[in-house]
Amino acid sequence: MKWFEFGPIAWARDYLNTHPRAEKFLDVIGLPAEAVIKKTLFGCQSCGQCLLHENGYTCPMRCPKTSRNGPCGGVRANGHCEVYPERWCVWYRAYNRSKSLPMPQSWREDMYRVHPPVNWELINTSSLLNELTGRAHGVKATKPEEKKKEAAPKPAAKA
Amino acid sequence: METREPASHLERILRAGKFAVTSEVGPPKNAEASVIHKKAKPLRDVSDAANITDNQTAIVRMSSIAAATMAIQDGFEPVIQVTCRDRNRISIQSDLLGAYALGVRNVLCLTGDHMRWGNHPEARKVYDLDSINLIGMVRAMDAGKFQNGEEIKPAPRFFVGGVENPFAPPYEFRPFRLKKKMEAGAQFIQTQMIFNVERFKEFMKVVVDLGLHEKMYILAGVGPLKSPGMARYMRDSVAGMEVSAKWVERMEKTPKEKWKDEGMNVCVEIINEMREIPGIAGVHIMSIEWEEAVPTIVERAGLLPRPKASELATPQPVAVAA
Repeated sequence: MKWFEFGPIAWARDYLNTHPRAEKFLDVIGLPAEAVIKKTLFGCQSCGQCLLHENGYTCPMRCPKTSRNGPCGGVRANGHCEVYPERWCVWYRAYNRSKSLPMPQSWREDMYRVHPPVNWELINTSSLLNELTGRAHGVKATKPEEKKKEAAPKPAAKA
Repeated sequence: METREPASHLERILRAGKFAVTSEVGPPKNAEASVIHKKAKPLRDVSDAANITDNQTAIVRMSSIAAATMAIQDGFEPVIQVTCRDRNRISIQSDLLGAYALGVRNVLCLTGDHMRWGNHPEARKVYDLDSINLIGMVRAMDAGKFQNGEEIKPAPRFFVGGVENPFAPPYEFRPFRLKKKMEAGAQFIQTQMIFNVERFKEFMKVVVDLGLHEKMYILAGVGPLKSPGMARYMRDSVAGMEVSAKWVERMEKTPKEKWKDEGMNVCVEIINEMREIPGIAGVHIMSIEWEEAVPTIVERAGLLPRPKASELATPQPVAVAA
């Protein structure tokens, strides 16, 4: 079970998933705030599906090959990038930071699982909001009318 | 338990437990079909399959699928390389459907060299998927599903491979990245060219401890040295390559007229060392623009004659990873 499936958070998620205008309003406020903070601290690229915590607080979208599953085969012997020799390899840093920086054990282990490809529909949206609404994990937003339609046949089926 | 027939000749050889030999053909930088026929000819009888590179080092060349079709016409099995650099998931899936229709059965999935060091550095990069997601996508197609979950009927059947470079940092993470490829569904692995056997042995020890060699066939990448200059260049200037000092010294001590001969001997020695390492199922010979060296290397390594399709017994069906 994900953290966003508990109590008030789950309620907020359901509310946002059924009220696209409220969600859009939050997105307008949330995205710039998130973008400014994460851009300053981590060089965020606003992919809308944040992996910072699972990658030792290093953004994998900064990799020239946007590799989200590990370093490519071209990392230089000194740990620098093959494409831009003056920069550190994002994954070389991520690996070292995930071992040294304080974080829960589950985040460290997340580096060793296969991450799905980027969902480009979510690019330039608020990652926190996507996490809250579940869109970062493949949940599609349902419109209120659809939700009513889904709910309607259920009592009939019981009767 | 699901069972399946081997998708290709290469898979049949590996499943029969034979030591496989694959080679590499670089398509030409023009539209000349004879180049492919000429390059493939010396390789046909000495290797089980040949990789057809996909615009390697980001330099424009003939399409790998087109060149692979020509290799098939010559009665030679190709392994097409597919990179994520130039195509998104729609285009790659469409190309793979076409490749299967033309008779291609082996697919090697790579992320692809960045265009910054190629001949079109101003081109737009794609990198929609990475190599691990690409392996997952091709395996899903093999199982009858497009990347979006829609059904393909009938499904194309591929033998899917990936690559790994044990010689690039972070060294401790490399076996775990290989594990990710196994989890994504890779069936065989070709490694970067090995000129540092000690580091490779350390890498393989962890791989064997993780049990990856039981789930995938690992082919060690080797290649001949042409000259001491080439050895030094690979040691100093190629990112993600390591050349032990002993090979460089040995090439430097050799007189000029014997350089090529000695380079092939070095390659044969490394192949012989590879055969001793547990978990190695074959070798992949990368003779960069020097296809004539491959028959000599394979012969000196005692890997001839190559098994013919008719000689191989129908292998026992094995379980397929989900």
